[in-house]
Amino acid sequence: MLEVKNIYKSFGNTEVLKGINFTLNKGEVLAIIGSSGSGKTTLLRCLNFLELPDKGEIIHNGEKLFDAQNNKKITDEQIRQKRLHFGLVFQNFNLFPQYNVFDNICLAPKMLAKQSPDYNRDKVLINEKIEKKANELLARVGLTEKKNAYSCELSGGQQQRVAIARALAQNPDILCFDEPTSALDPELTGEVLRVIKGLKSFNSTMIVVTHEMDFAKSVADKIIFMADGIIEVEGTPTEVFGCTNNEKIKAFLSNQLIDI
Amino acid sequence: MTFWQVTLQLLEGFKVTILLFIMTLVSALPLGLIFAFGSRAKFKPLSYLTRGFVYVVRGTPLLLQLMIVIYLPGIAFSAPITKWAVFGGNVSYALFFGALFAFVINYACYFSEIYRGGIDSISRGQYEACAVLGMTKKQTFFKVILLQVIKRILAPVGNETITLVKDTALVRVVAVAEILFFANEILSLKMMIWPLFYTGVFYLIFNSILTWLFNKFEKKLNYFWS
Repeated sequence: MLEVKNIYKSFGNTEVLKGINFTLNKGEVLAIIGSSGSGKTTLLRCLNFLELPDKGEIIHNGEKLFDAQNNKKITDEQIRQKRLHFGLVFQNFNLFPQYNVFDNICLAPKMLAKQSPDYNRDKVLINEKIEKKANELLARVGLTEKKNAYSCELSGGQQQRVAIARALAQNPDILCFDEPTSALDPELTGEVLRVIKGLKSFNSTMIVVTHEMDFAKSVADKIIFMADGIIEVEGTPTEVFGCTNNEKIKAFLSNQLIDI
Repeated sequence: MTFWQVTLQLLEGFKVTILLFIMTLVSALPLGLIFAFGSRAKFKPLSYLTRGFVYVVRGTPLLLQLMIVIYLPGIAFSAPITKWAVFGGNVSYALFFGALFAFVINYACYFSEIYRGGIDSISRGQYEACAVLGMTKKQTFFKVILLQVIKRILAPVGNETITLVKDTALVRVVAVAEILFFANEILSLKMMIWPLFYTGVFYLIFNSILTWLFNKFEKKLNYFWS
């Protein structure tokens, strides 16, 4: 379903991604682990076209979404269309503070619907559909009773759950999470991780950048361990966590266990 | 002249003051946004041009700009503003609109810098959140960014607005008959000095109303944090 080929990305003289290749099938969950600065977030941002790779291709369902060789010709509008295949949940939520929970979820789908040719004819119907879906998503993330709350009235975990619902409202084919629990207090990470885990039963295709090793182990079908802009180890959770012939992952995993 | 007569006379002038204030505000607020977009433009020549213009306007006195607008057409091009066909020979119209032009440009420049600061202060995450949700740049700005900017710039805009009320007194030097102009007339014709000080009450009352309005608006936007 998704094929990432030979992605390179530099910021100035710093080469952050040095040839990333992977594939992902529909309904699979991919976890990307690795130390800070290894390029995990940049990779995710490239997939969402928040950064454009310097080299490489992104192929989705056989369609070449991105090819660095044709990069120059790409317009903002084309990028916008391509982005709709992907959703992204940010580390620091980025909810829209002036809208309540419900409108946060509905805003983008309603904007998008306005561009459809039969919007003027079926306006009411379309908006009803969007709102119905928003209510379903709210129920799915367990925040129905917070429907009218503003982000300043929510805990971090609740905000992140809203952000997940908001991302799902656009029906992305692949939902990406950029360290979704890193900005949360430890006691709030559980509720967010449970929601993400719950999405698996809806057969969502997901890519999760995470520092939660237990979570990665339990939710992922596939794990990528990145270090210094390349994929060091790749495989099933058992393979990756059991990997003994790579020094970098051994060092990384043993660092995760340090108690202070 | 009785107190009542003086009051009526000054009110006559204050009408012009308020008219100049309102017309400046409603023109300079949106024009400032255009200037702000101009100075933030990716197209460098436009950005430099706007920034240079704002730099000059902010760096010179409004009084001087007022004189330039009113007197320069006459001196440099032998086309005095009072003779322009659009004003139909009405001198006070010509002077008023000339002054208004100078005020609008000057305040738009100040507002543009306030907007620019406000727009730049919105976190990149808000733009990125809109982008990944597939919103266009226009939707992003008008549906998500703008209200947050307004909330942040309300205090400095309020400040400028109150300064504007007082700055309108400057137009007296180019013979636009606003409140101080009338007070001065009374002083020279009737030898009465107190009406001059009395004008302060008009400004004070008007600014109190504006302060109250801005506070109300600020409270209204208190429902969210940004």
